Amino acid sequence: MSEKRTGVFVCHCGNNIAATVDVKKVAETMAQEGTVAFSKDYVYMCSDPGQSSVIEAIKEHRLDSVVVSCCSPNLHEGTFRENAERAGISGFTCEIANIREQCAWVHKDRTEATEKAIKISRSAIRRVAGNKKLDPIAVPVTRRAMVIGGGIAGIQAALDMANAGLDVVLVEKLATIGGHILQLSETFPTLDCSQCILSPKMVEVSRHPKIKLLTYSEVKEVSGSVGNFEVKILKKPTFVDAETCKLCDDCAQVCPQVVSNEHDLGLTARRAIHIPFAQAIPASYTLDEEACLGLNPIRCGKCKDVCEAGAINYDMRPETITENVGAIVVATGFDLYPQEKILEYGAGNVADVLDGLQFERLCSASGPTQGHVKRPSDRTEPKEVVFIQCVGSRDPAQHCAYCSKICCMYTAKHARLYKHHVPDGKAYVFYIDIRSGGKNYEEFVQRAMEEDETVYLRGRVSKLHRTKDGKVRVMGVDTLTGQNVEIDADMVVLALAMQPSQGTADAARTLKIGRDKDGFLAEAHPKLKPVESVTGGIYLAGCAQGPKDIPETVSQASAAASKVLALLSKPTLSHAPTIATVRNSHCTGCEMCVTACPYDAIHLENGKAVVNEVLCEGCGSCSATCLRAAISVRNTSPMQVHEMIEACLSL
Amino acid sequence: MSEQTYEPKIVAFLCKWCSSAGSDLAGVSRIQYPANATPIQVPCSGSVSPMYILSALKKGADGVLVSGCHIGDCHYLEGNYLARRKLHLVKELLQFVGIEENRFRMSWVSAAEGAKFAEVVKEFVDDLRPMGPQEKLKAKRA
Repeated sequence: MSEKRTGVFVCHCGNNIAATVDVKKVAETMAQEGTVAFSKDYVYMCSDPGQSSVIEAIKEHRLDSVVVSCCSPNLHEGTFRENAERAGISGFTCEIANIREQCAWVHKDRTEATEKAIKISRSAIRRVAGNKKLDPIAVPVTRRAMVIGGGIAGIQAALDMANAGLDVVLVEKLATIGGHILQLSETFPTLDCSQCILSPKMVEVSRHPKIKLLTYSEVKEVSGSVGNFEVKILKKPTFVDAETCKLCDDCAQVCPQVVSNEHDLGLTARRAIHIPFAQAIPASYTLDEEACLGLNPIRCGKCKDVCEAGAINYDMRPETITENVGAIVVATGFDLYPQEKILEYGAGNVADVLDGLQFERLCSASGPTQGHVKRPSDRTEPKEVVFIQCVGSRDPAQHCAYCSKICCMYTAKHARLYKHHVPDGKAYVFYIDIRSGGKNYEEFVQRAMEEDETVYLRGRVSKLHRTKDGKVRVMGVDTLTGQNVEIDADMVVLALAMQPSQGTADAARTLKIGRDKDGFLAEAHPKLKPVESVTGGIYLAGCAQGPKDIPETVSQASAAASKVLALLSKPTLSHAPTIATVRNSHCTGCEMCVTACPYDAIHLENGKAVVNEVLCEGCGSCSATCLRAAISVRNTSPMQVHEMIEACLSL
Repeated sequence: MSEQTYEPKIVAFLCKWCSSAGSDLAGVSRIQYPANATPIQVPCSGSVSPMYILSALKKGADGVLVSGCHIGDCHYLEGNYLARRKLHLVKELLQFVGIEENRFRMSWVSAAEGAKFAEVVKEFVDDLRPMGPQEKLKAKRA
């Protein structure tokens, strides 16, 4: 074996590493390693001077491989591999020793941390000694994209991509696109109506020649990888032909089955055959199979009889659709934290205690009361309304630890809308803090206080209950005056926390993308890669990633769209060459690897295993099963791992 | 090495997608844990060959940790199922040759579970300490 010339670059990361790890000692100790021809430490290796020094050292000292002891490879592996390429050696001969996240930041004892940093760095040096020069494998790309979730985030992302010329498949679980935004009455801080913002965009989606809209559909299975995903979608039957349906409402008039209307959050009822709301896209009725008497003319069949257009077809069946796409944007949104979990506020069993979305419906011109705020219990106009913020949010002991971000603003909006509807009414807001960061947000809250005379009480509500005279007694505290406050309100509105939707949880499982401790989808990097998931080719937009308001959601959706456009702008993508490779001399054709491979990327040819370079993802399942060490992942060969183990044990 | 100063040496195989990321999160959250475990990042827990575990013990490790994505969450679809099956057999083999069961550990730590990763290492070190150095498989080198 020719003599190895590795360069070791130890980063101080300002004081992040240097405060705990003796970086000079690490650099000096590494210089003693047999394969190391050069070693240095520097305060910020990722800065321009730091990177330039790596390039210069490679050229000057004729280095053939590089180890950078710094932060997690998730951050700067790409950066330093690019430097290696620029200096004329293969990027795959550069390895990162993570001595920040996995060492300096988790230990306090300087001696111990330095010793561990040495082991980690030495392990990387031993590994890189066995690394081969590799060239990325060019893989053809499917230049189509999929968006999962048809709320404002999904709509924005789909339109941006389609307008740039990309074919887009938009998948929505419900019978219409639109999402939660269509349940809103007006939006802060401008008080423009949500229908006016969104409806034109929904129409644009339905008419766009580049967008294939799949509503009432769920993503069931995803295979493949960045550039080439195969997605299996289950399209549920609506039992109504959208093309033929004339929206006459005759069917709903005769339908005998009445169920709660989800769009109005249970404040109204609908029939089994229904349209979610008048402006739904696609503009068609849907027959809710669960609520229907049985899709059988003998049992009922009234809707079919009355439909003059002949749009109703009981024989529709679920359909599995396969779509091939190069990238996926996940925009699966949020749900409200369940009121049932808030026991001190009656767990959803106290009449006239509503959640924020229900109150939106009451204010909405298209809502159950045509925009007149009325108590659901007796249809009277409430004269005193209490709004409670942070219900379920900022409560690590019992509910969600995080701030749901939008509640301060929408509560101020609720109070203002209420006062506009009921000028002689009184609005109270219980809050912990007011968080109104955003353009014109603080001014909006101030106007709620000053112009609309909303009474803001800084404190929490300990409990509430129904009184005999039909009021809701709210018992709270005003911490600014130190007084207990009791209000007999006509209506109470809870600003419930936002939580990741069920669809978000399902998407995470199907797509194998990570979630954070609260269940929101995890971004690849909190600052530098906020719309990328950890998996290549899968991007995030909207509240599926974390609580956010409409402007932020739209920005993120456009950002995700631009990432997809950049990814799919070239005809080929480079596939990591760190994939399985076979030593024919050792292969006995036992087929253990063929069975172990999750991607069906291995087959036998003339009694020897052959790896499909495009299908192989480099997981190494094959190498762990091979009895003769005949198959292994490039640059993670068993020999390299054994060397790394030795380094970890200071041998 | 006296009982007082004995510090167990652990080799920790962490899958790139979940456990290594979880360990990164422990770092970002500055959660402190003992420095006994030296990480080796592998693509998948399913790529950890039983030979690696034996190799580590032979080279003098007092404990070996393999940590991957939660069952069902494997980035490579089913790698951690393979790991679970295979490494269960390793556990039995180790017992058969007389190695304490607790010297080899598997854990499932997601990218969101920084605190759990720290806890896994902490517990492992605590469990290893009373056992003393692992000599049974350690190669007797000159």
